[in-house]
Amino acid sequence: MTRVRAAGALILVSIVGAALAAPSLTPHTPSQHFSGYEQAPPMRPRVVRDGRLSRPFVYPVVLVNRLERTYAIDRLNAVPIRWFANGAIASIDESRGPWLPLGADALGRDVFARTLYGARLSLGVACAATLGALAIGLLVGGIAGFHGGRTETLLMAIADFVLVLPAIYVVLAIRSALPAELTVSQVFWSLTGVLAAVGWPITGRGVRAIVAGERGREYAEAAYALGAGPWRILLRHLLPASTAFIALTATMMVPAFVLAEGTLALVGMGFRVPATSWGVMLRDAWQGNAFADAPWLLAPAAAIMMTVLGLQLLTSGSPVEGSQAGTFQ
Amino acid sequence: MIPPFVRFVIRRGATALVLILIAGSAALLLARAAPGDHLSSFEGDQKAIAAERHRLGLDAPILTQYGRWITHVLRFDLGESVRYPGRAVSDLIAEKAGYSALVGVVALLFATLIGIPTGVVTGSRRRGPLRLGVRAAVILLLSLPPVVLSLALLLMASRTGWFPVGGLPAEPTIGEMSWYLVLPVLALGLPVAAVLERLQARAIADALATPSVLAARARGISRGRVVWRHAFRQSLTPVLAVYGIIIGSLISGSFVVEYVMTWPGLGRLMYDGLVSRDANLVAGCAATGAAFLALGVFVADVALAAADPRFERSR
Repeated sequence: MTRVRAAGALILVSIVGAALAAPSLTPHTPSQHFSGYEQAPPMRPRVVRDGRLSRPFVYPVVLVNRLERTYAIDRLNAVPIRWFANGAIASIDESRGPWLPLGADALGRDVFARTLYGARLSLGVACAATLGALAIGLLVGGIAGFHGGRTETLLMAIADFVLVLPAIYVVLAIRSALPAELTVSQVFWSLTGVLAAVGWPITGRGVRAIVAGERGREYAEAAYALGAGPWRILLRHLLPASTAFIALTATMMVPAFVLAEGTLALVGMGFRVPATSWGVMLRDAWQGNAFADAPWLLAPAAAIMMTVLGLQLLTSGSPVEGSQAGTFQ
Repeated sequence: MIPPFVRFVIRRGATALVLILIAGSAALLLARAAPGDHLSSFEGDQKAIAAERHRLGLDAPILTQYGRWITHVLRFDLGESVRYPGRAVSDLIAEKAGYSALVGVVALLFATLIGIPTGVVTGSRRRGPLRLGVRAAVILLLSLPPVVLSLALLLMASRTGWFPVGGLPAEPTIGEMSWYLVLPVLALGLPVAAVLERLQARAIADALATPSVLAARARGISRGRVVWRHAFRQSLTPVLAVYGIIIGSLISGSFVVEYVMTWPGLGRLMYDGLVSRDANLVAGCAATGAAFLALGVFVADVALAAADPRFERSR
């Protein structure tokens, strides 16, 4: 079981690492167009040449038919992979054309580079929204658990109400009430706010239960007897008890919010071109069924799946195992 | 004295009505509070636009508009749509809601029929290749939320031609309907089946660990009978308790499935309303969605009460 969890942690860490290290993993930028490579197929790294092991290399692709966007693999001109050149860990000499490890989209942009850079926006908004949801949850749950009585009943009734609403509709309704044309950073912060607003109840309820349970313990009584004020008791003594729970809910929320970003951008209510996020890429792939001819356009869907898989493995064996990240599907 | 079960039903019904009204009102107020309306993007005769606004009551203060809407809603009139001019929102919803309900109900049945028996089998067995295989499949499915799964299924359909690539023909026959229904139901139902399998497996394992099951075994009742009769009955309560949440997530999930697979349902209709700033349509769809949710949660609660022996005793 520990090995399974370690695998999950490894997946999540490598996804975050890849997002952070994007510029050193690819020499291309997400908006760079390669003319003549529209919807070019993936060029995978190879090690076997003429039946013999060789240094890693790639075969370039050449355009056969521009109208039908068919490409052929040029098996005569193997291009060796160079290490630590062009500012990237692995790259090739691009005089014979670019290396597109995951192919190109309809505008001839590198899907690999776009997936890496897109992760920054998708994971960034998910992490910011998680922090926001945790902050609201800690505040509401802390106050409800500490106060008790009517405050508690009211706050928890609100939490229950928000929890049962189909989140995606709430997010869509709030998002559509905002102006349609927003800059990338405006979209970022409004998405963060909206996702935090629907994501806090699970944290809030859990924190309330923990705080209410700890409030009656001796150490809290002792702090009170020593003259500590309510905020000091709450912040210094009671809330630290919920650290483990907070860590668990945060692990669950990040993939859920990544998913929410993907869904919102797919339906045209999240980030939009020219921004690059996994959701924007999914919209590109879905529009006009482009992915039917070019399945590699679904790379961001695979990335989302790996993020959720990492979470599933990481939480296996814990009490939340099997709960779907998809409250925000 | 009202019997407790009837009281339970009445209280639940009242909560449901409040939920429906709140959802509809919130959607209407949000859509109205946003700057602009569907007419702001029109250019041309300002007088005609102002007249149209006045006819639709869009020039009144927001609270007056809300008051007008709510008094109509209490008479089951959801107002007129502007996205589909001249059509009543209630007609539009009546047309589309059936398709959403169909996918939702079939997906829930599918998930239950697959997830629950698999969960009973895996939860009652020792470690083995079967359990490991199911476990791996379940983790994979849990990592495939409806967005990703519906795209993957569409890719499969367009590659193999086994199933139609989304949409629905006009006036479908029952045969066509079930043909087109397969992919949406799979996209929506498979992840739910995985959730149910996990829950059921854990509930059965917990139930098998109770002394009552050991006692049943000691009386000489066969293993299969103990699992499927005794332990299964005990495991129903924790599993039924999450059906309310599952129905909520089905309604959430149906939106993206309807969008990606161009299924003509309620989610699609509400999206149309949101994009074209049609507040009446959005509010009507939100209220209908809340009604579905409330109905689902209510049925789940009644089933839970019926399966819970404590309720029986208090009756």
